[in-house]
Amino acid sequence: MQPSKVDLLQGTLDLMVLRTLVAMGSMHGYGIARRIEQVSGNRVLLNQGTIYASLVRLQQRGSISAAWGTSENNRQAKFYSVTTKGRKQLSEDATHWQRLSSVVGRVLAMPEGEGSR
Amino acid sequence: MMDTISECFARVRSFLRKRKLDEDLSSELSAHIEMAVEDNLKQGMSPEEARRQALIKLGGTEPAKERHREARGLPFLDSILQDLRYTFRTLKRDRSFTIIAVLILGLGIGANVAVFSVVNTILLRPLPLTDPQQLVWIAPPPTKCGFSCETYSADAFEEFRAQNRSFQDVTGYFAFTTEDNFKLMGRGEPVPATGIFVVGNFFQVLGVQPSLGRLFTADETRKGSHPVVLLANAYWKRQFAADPRIVGKAIDLNGQPVTVVGVLPPSFDFGAVFSPGEKVDLFTPYILDDWRDDGNDLTMIGRLKPGASLPQAQADANLVVPQLYFNTKYPDTKGSYKTIVLSPLKTYVTGRLHRSLIVLWCAVGLILLIVCVNLANLLLGRAAARSKEFAMRIALGAGRRRLIRQLLTESLVLAGAGAVLGLGIAYAIIQYLAHQGSIALPLLSDVRVDGDVLAWTVLIAVVAAVLFGLFPGFRISGVNLQEALKDAGPGMSESRKHDRMRGVLVVSEVALACVLLIGAGLLLRSFLHVLDVDLGFQPSHAAAIKVDYDDGGSPAKRAVIFQQILAHIEAIPGIEAAGMVDYLPLGRNRSWGYLKVKGKLYRPGEAPNPLVYVVTPGFFRVMGMRLVAGRDFSWDDGPKGQPVIIINQALAHAFWPQGNAVGQIVTGSNGTDMLVIGVVDDVRETSVEGAPGWQAYYPATQHWPAGAELVVRSTLPPDTLATSVLHTLRQLNPNQPAAAFMPIQQIVDHAVSPRRFFMLLVTCFAALGLLLAALGIYGVISYSVTRRTQEIGIRMALGATPGNVQLLVIRATLRLALIGVAIGVVASFAVARLIASLLFGITPSDPTTFAAIVLILASVAFLAGYLPARRASRIDPMSALRAN
Repeated sequence: MQPSKVDLLQGTLDLMVLRTLVAMGSMHGYGIARRIEQVSGNRVLLNQGTIYASLVRLQQRGSISAAWGTSENNRQAKFYSVTTKGRKQLSEDATHWQRLSSVVGRVLAMPEGEGSR
Repeated sequence: MMDTISECFARVRSFLRKRKLDEDLSSELSAHIEMAVEDNLKQGMSPEEARRQALIKLGGTEPAKERHREARGLPFLDSILQDLRYTFRTLKRDRSFTIIAVLILGLGIGANVAVFSVVNTILLRPLPLTDPQQLVWIAPPPTKCGFSCETYSADAFEEFRAQNRSFQDVTGYFAFTTEDNFKLMGRGEPVPATGIFVVGNFFQVLGVQPSLGRLFTADETRKGSHPVVLLANAYWKRQFAADPRIVGKAIDLNGQPVTVVGVLPPSFDFGAVFSPGEKVDLFTPYILDDWRDDGNDLTMIGRLKPGASLPQAQADANLVVPQLYFNTKYPDTKGSYKTIVLSPLKTYVTGRLHRSLIVLWCAVGLILLIVCVNLANLLLGRAAARSKEFAMRIALGAGRRRLIRQLLTESLVLAGAGAVLGLGIAYAIIQYLAHQGSIALPLLSDVRVDGDVLAWTVLIAVVAAVLFGLFPGFRISGVNLQEALKDAGPGMSESRKHDRMRGVLVVSEVALACVLLIGAGLLLRSFLHVLDVDLGFQPSHAAAIKVDYDDGGSPAKRAVIFQQILAHIEAIPGIEAAGMVDYLPLGRNRSWGYLKVKGKLYRPGEAPNPLVYVVTPGFFRVMGMRLVAGRDFSWDDGPKGQPVIIINQALAHAFWPQGNAVGQIVTGSNGTDMLVIGVVDDVRETSVEGAPGWQAYYPATQHWPAGAELVVRSTLPPDTLATSVLHTLRQLNPNQPAAAFMPIQQIVDHAVSPRRFFMLLVTCFAALGLLLAALGIYGVISYSVTRRTQEIGIRMALGATPGNVQLLVIRATLRLALIGVAIGVVASFAVARLIASLLFGITPSDPTTFAAIVLILASVAFLAGYLPARRASRIDPMSALRAN
């Protein structure tokens, strides 16, 4: 394992899966996993098995729906697609994430030695 | 919020559709792997490498599935189910252990649940009336003159009702009703019924709503109004087949048409609350104007105003009471009621049972403790046998917490099965108790399995499971891996610790059983003393029946009727004697005010107020009472003759401390002078246990009896007698109802039934405790013999005789038992002092009881140790040494 790979924060995988599905339309688990790896430039430490836990979680929350279908190379696979509720959820979560990361970014960008005088 | 709920639903759904979802996921994952393999092949990997890399990326299919299940379902429940499956498997394998454990738990929990339901009904639950906390029993403090001094006259009742300011309303009932005081006629043979006269507002004040019809109206409680009646629910069902159109119909009571205005609800049981062990069939209005000159008749029950407190009401009542007249016609009777005591109705009904019930509750609590100790012991024995299994599981990576959870699951399953069995046992006991009319405990008919009882069952089952389950749990999980996995089983030091712990458990079990047995022994001996009390009459071979007669208000006619009845009854073959009385002992009673020695001056309230019994000649003989001086009444003591009276020894002694009573003159409260013609021995008239008070006997030919109980003495069984006696009575009076024949012994049994009830239960529990303690001792000794087979073999090989070996084992047994007994005896001294008020005729440290119990426990322990000892002495040294 290369130490340079990023461990996923709790809860971020669901967000990434949802966003990926919005971008790709209908897709199966393997496709989603591959896509996330590609987009991250293979910098994320992704255990592909966790994708399925994330998918079933999202499904139970009603953010995505699933149906059996046939893949590009004629294989039976389960295809997932985002629901209306899922899109709404994504936009809320994305806003929240961006706000959080900008706050964390600003805190981290504080110059050193700026304590009480 | 909605989302959380729907997610929960989704999880439960997934949990239930587990197999389908697992299959789905499997095919999904295999598709995933195939696609990954294809991609990897395209990148030029060898087929094996392609598959290996695909699996690495996925992180394995099993972990992926596990994660999937966790994300979608109820992982907690999953592992519980797993534990449960495992538990059922192990318990099934160990069938005899399971049966014994469930049986022991069932008995322990059953006893606890049954007692709880009784305690809950009598002690904890409010009375089955509306806002019962507002109801107050109003009475003078108890005195020697029975019910007559605990009740109020019609005038006093009305004055109190009008003058007090703390009560919304005050009501009462006639306290001198005898059983079967009504006869229902016009439907074939006259049928006896018990009716109570109640003040018109009685049910309104208690908050009882009729289930049919209505309650009494104010008009119906006025003199001369049309007679009406309310039926008790049980009577309506029994006698009138639950006729829904009964309301408005007239029934014939004592030859008079009486209109039924309503039927009371099944939840109202007068007898259960006010006169335990009696059933009351109907209620008629107490018309105050009919009873003005009758004296103290009424009990008083008040309903406090909202916000009024008992002390407030008491202070208020203290102001009102000196203003009450016994009879407003006689101004000098003002202030004849001195003190008044207000107590919550609940206290009046159940207060005196408080301590007995608490003792009972503690006794079953002890049983549950013994059961838990016993099971802890059994489980510890099992734990020793299973230590290898647990060591293996720990070695395979099971956490200790998980192991404890597994053990707890096992004990919860056992406790659960025990609770189900216990509930069954308790249900049977409760059904039995609720239908015991002969036990004079209030509210007993209300005892039932309800939500409280179920909650209690669950609570004690869980507490028991934790108590006996955690104990071995911590022990096991602290097991030494290496030692346990070694083939030789637990090492020496380990097993010594184990033995010591089991020893401690057995000692505590014996100590608990000892306390229970000594308590039971003391109660049993008290009960035997109560049975030995000299009642002043002979209850065996005597029986009573209520007699109907119509004297038309003439004492002369009554004398003729009574004489005729007695002559005919005594002529029946097998009947040795017959006599009549109006109130039987240990039942209702009354007094007619003071009696004075003629010519002597008394300060107000100083003259004795004896209980009054109106009897016929021959009554003393038939009851087996002893005439200690003078003579019995005779039929010559007629209505026109010299007024005569017979008094008891206590009263004779109060009047003439060192003189002869016979031949003296006493004056009654109505001014009549009466000649004392005899003195009889004291009779326990109000209770078997209390000291007898003053009693006066008047001849039925000169005074008005409140009814007639015909008492006959015969060695024939009462059933055979009943037919011929009733036949004779019917010949003399066709209106004689088919009243029940009541053996006098039954009256005595009824009076001592609460004590018998508590004594029997505690004795049963003690026997159960003894059995469990014996089992515990046997289990421990037997186990240690098995474990020490080798050692015993060596001893025998070295020359120990079987006798030596037996002695060795028995000595170990007795050592454990005696330590337990010693601790138990010390604890019993303390416990016995707490139950001192429940004892009769013995001291709390009764040496006989203590010695007997120590002896019993020692012999049981000896027996429990002897069986394994015999087995030990038959060990064959050769085979013992060869084994292992």
